[in-house]
Amino acid sequence: MTQLSLSRDGARPTAAPAPTALLSVRNLSIDFHLRTHILHAVRDVSFDLLAGRTLCLVGESGSGKSVTARALLRIIDPLAKVAGGSITLAGPKGEVRLDRLGADSREIRAIRGARIGLIFQEPMSSLSPVRTIGAQIVESVRLHRPMSVADAKAETVRLLKQVEIANPEQMADRYTFEFSGGMRQRAMIAMALACNPEILIADEPTTALDVTTQAEIMDLIKRLQVERGMAMLMITHDMGLVAEVADEVAVMRWGRIVEQGAVDDIFHAPKDAYTRTLLGATQRLDRASTRAAPPTDGPPLLSARGLTKAFGKKSWRGKTTFALTAVDHVDMDLWPGENLGIVGESGSGKTTLGRMLLRVIEPTSGRVLWTPNAAQADSTQRDVTAMGRAGLSEYRRAVRLVFQDPFASLNPRMTIKQVIADPLIVSGTLTKGQITDRVAQLLSLVGLDPTAMERYPHAFSGGQRQRIGIARALALDPQVIVLDEATSALDVSIRAQILDLLLQVQAKLGLSYLFIAHDISVVRYFCDRVVVMHKGRIVETGQAEQICTTPREPYTQALVSAVPNPDPRDKRMLHRTRFVAP
Amino acid sequence: MLGYVIKRILLMFPTMIGMSIIAFFIIQLPPGDYLTSVLAMMADSGQTVDPAEIARMRQVYGLDDPMIVQYWKWISGILLRGDFGYSFEWGRPVSELIWDRMGATLGVSVAALVFVWAVSLPIGIYSAVRRHSFGDHFFTFFGFLGLAIPNFILALVLMFVSYKYFGQSVGGLFSPEYIGAPWSWGRVGDMLTHLWIPVVVVGTSGTAALIRILRANLTDELSKPYVITARAKGLPEYQVIMRYPVRIALNPFISAIGWVLPQLVSGVTITAIVLNLPTAGPLLVRALVSQDMYLAGSFILLMGILTLVGMLISDLLLAALDPRIRFT
Repeated sequence: MTQLSLSRDGARPTAAPAPTALLSVRNLSIDFHLRTHILHAVRDVSFDLLAGRTLCLVGESGSGKSVTARALLRIIDPLAKVAGGSITLAGPKGEVRLDRLGADSREIRAIRGARIGLIFQEPMSSLSPVRTIGAQIVESVRLHRPMSVADAKAETVRLLKQVEIANPEQMADRYTFEFSGGMRQRAMIAMALACNPEILIADEPTTALDVTTQAEIMDLIKRLQVERGMAMLMITHDMGLVAEVADEVAVMRWGRIVEQGAVDDIFHAPKDAYTRTLLGATQRLDRASTRAAPPTDGPPLLSARGLTKAFGKKSWRGKTTFALTAVDHVDMDLWPGENLGIVGESGSGKTTLGRMLLRVIEPTSGRVLWTPNAAQADSTQRDVTAMGRAGLSEYRRAVRLVFQDPFASLNPRMTIKQVIADPLIVSGTLTKGQITDRVAQLLSLVGLDPTAMERYPHAFSGGQRQRIGIARALALDPQVIVLDEATSALDVSIRAQILDLLLQVQAKLGLSYLFIAHDISVVRYFCDRVVVMHKGRIVETGQAEQICTTPREPYTQALVSAVPNPDPRDKRMLHRTRFVAP
Repeated sequence: MLGYVIKRILLMFPTMIGMSIIAFFIIQLPPGDYLTSVLAMMADSGQTVDPAEIARMRQVYGLDDPMIVQYWKWISGILLRGDFGYSFEWGRPVSELIWDRMGATLGVSVAALVFVWAVSLPIGIYSAVRRHSFGDHFFTFFGFLGLAIPNFILALVLMFVSYKYFGQSVGGLFSPEYIGAPWSWGRVGDMLTHLWIPVVVVGTSGTAALIRILRANLTDELSKPYVITARAKGLPEYQVIMRYPVRIALNPFISAIGWVLPQLVSGVTITAIVLNLPTAGPLLVRALVSQDMYLAGSFILLMGILTLVGMLISDLLLAALDPRIRFT
């Protein structure tokens, strides 16, 4: 346990007078009382939050960082109990021991929202879908500030304007599902700031957002923090983001803080082995790919020509009007053995493109061409868009999909064997015994123990589940695997492992990957070539290294510069190039 | 929103037409007609009937016409003159028989619905918030008990209790002296003392089902991030629960409007017979047995329409309550 008091850390170059600790946490321990045993979720955690400063709590999933943050507001799960330690909030009327207040007492309620604001990860579900944004903010305002409804509404509009929401008067009367993810997160920030809190807790505030939106939200939070002199506790698993915004960093693992210090020390002189692993995993992905790109002079394995998808909007008379062109005349090629990245913000049409290549979604126009024997330089093309049922089943044996969410993409009522064997059974060429052997072989190929095949998905972690998803995709010896954000939901160290696994499998089996991602840094590590999409069109195509280091198009430049740089001495995101749509 | 309402109302018309056709053809399905069942009864009691007379009656009642012609006569009478046809068995126009019964049915339904809501809402919320507590298990136990006991047994028990301990006349909706009397406060009071038995009997099974649904829905909602957001605002726990998760878990309550009515007609006919309630169920059963086709058809049609209206009301209320439905 590092007993380093950050308030006395004189090594910082800032000339400001030493800020006072608004909130001190000392030796906080939290236990989960589960049915069979007690889980020590948090152990002896100590830190201080200082006015105007940002402390980042970093760790992988399950490290206890979110529980710690919620314990400060005393809104932890009923199963969890604060087992020891103190949480002290300094204030004009003396200190308040938050850990001694009842969970629903008047005193703690007067602090929640008023003195400590909270922003959460999921902008989708952290606001009620059945009440307007305005109503929820007005409620917050009126809880802690004596105001008439009309005044509170005016205040709400002012807050929405402050978080840069256009037309705040109209937007206040909208519902959350009419907002985009970034807008919801802005509304959430407006709500958290409604009563001028002294402390802001941001729990993975940008994890669900794509890089450009993340950069905008972080800009906004940073600006508001500076304006109001708030102390901020930011929780994240993204070391890049930490480097961009933190003043101090505390690294958590298995409920303990393993290392704590100024951001520069953590990044440039890490003492703990775990911190080094975490940094290593992040920085490794921020490097160029080491593999040699396959030749692209032969016939391409898979091509799209003028591929377009328009999503219709039906009027109430049933007339279809083309409201949105999700993918607009896309031409692309994938050569045998190649890793092609498709990068873009959410809504850029990259997932729709991937689904159309598999013909899960029917294209509105354009063609998908498949050259089954491209590796043997045989350029007989087959038109996937014109295939019948028999042709498609053959095509889908050769082109498989791995999904983003490792939790939702495996049927919880099927054993791992059933999950992986499913495509084998559908193809109907193997006997029962052969299927079992094949499943065992596939499991060892993805680095899992073959004896695990009788277990159910819930027994596996996110990374292991993603391995199972990959094994399922590999079952029929495919030529192409479409990876739709396959590593976005994983922790950074797991992400690196999965990417390495995919590369190993590729070296063994010689497949091609189509890697759909919003995270351009992963693409750089994994892909040979990259296609950048924006609003359904391809903006730029090129070698991965060239796209990531010297992008030509302004949009690509904006996208690349918005990626947080895991180096606090080179804050790329906050000085990024901004792209204004022409 | 207005477009949605208009669309829903317009869509009701084809449904109603289809329903009237199905209602009419269902009652035509059993072999024979009203006259064959009269003949069978007369033959049982040893009377003989002149075949010419039967043929004449068939002619008069139009029973020999093709089905489509009979249907047209019936439906055009309803639409143009409000004439639901003639009940063979009762020897009176159907419209004279039907409205009292429909009124009573609607009354009992609404009362039962209110009872179901009033009981299951607080218990459902309590059960979800204090899951696995003593109270939760207690209510769950009685909920399942209510679900498991056949309605007519519960009806008999309540009738017995009411007669033995409260000294009330049991059965029906009114005491004998009030039957057919004009409406007065005394009559309303008398009705209320009778109404509680059918309401409790009809309501118990629905209550148990709704408690379980609300408990399950609310349990899901309670762990959603927006609940934590509400708590982090500093709202008191009671308001957190009522304003956020309950508001969303409430949808099945509104949908209940749609299903209580058909359940009351079809599911609790036995209860209505046991309790001698003047609702539609017992009359419908008799009309079906004696193949009194215009009476049975009109009942089925009106019940269908009431169900449709119930569905419409519940859908509109749902749309008003939940913007996600309104906008999609």
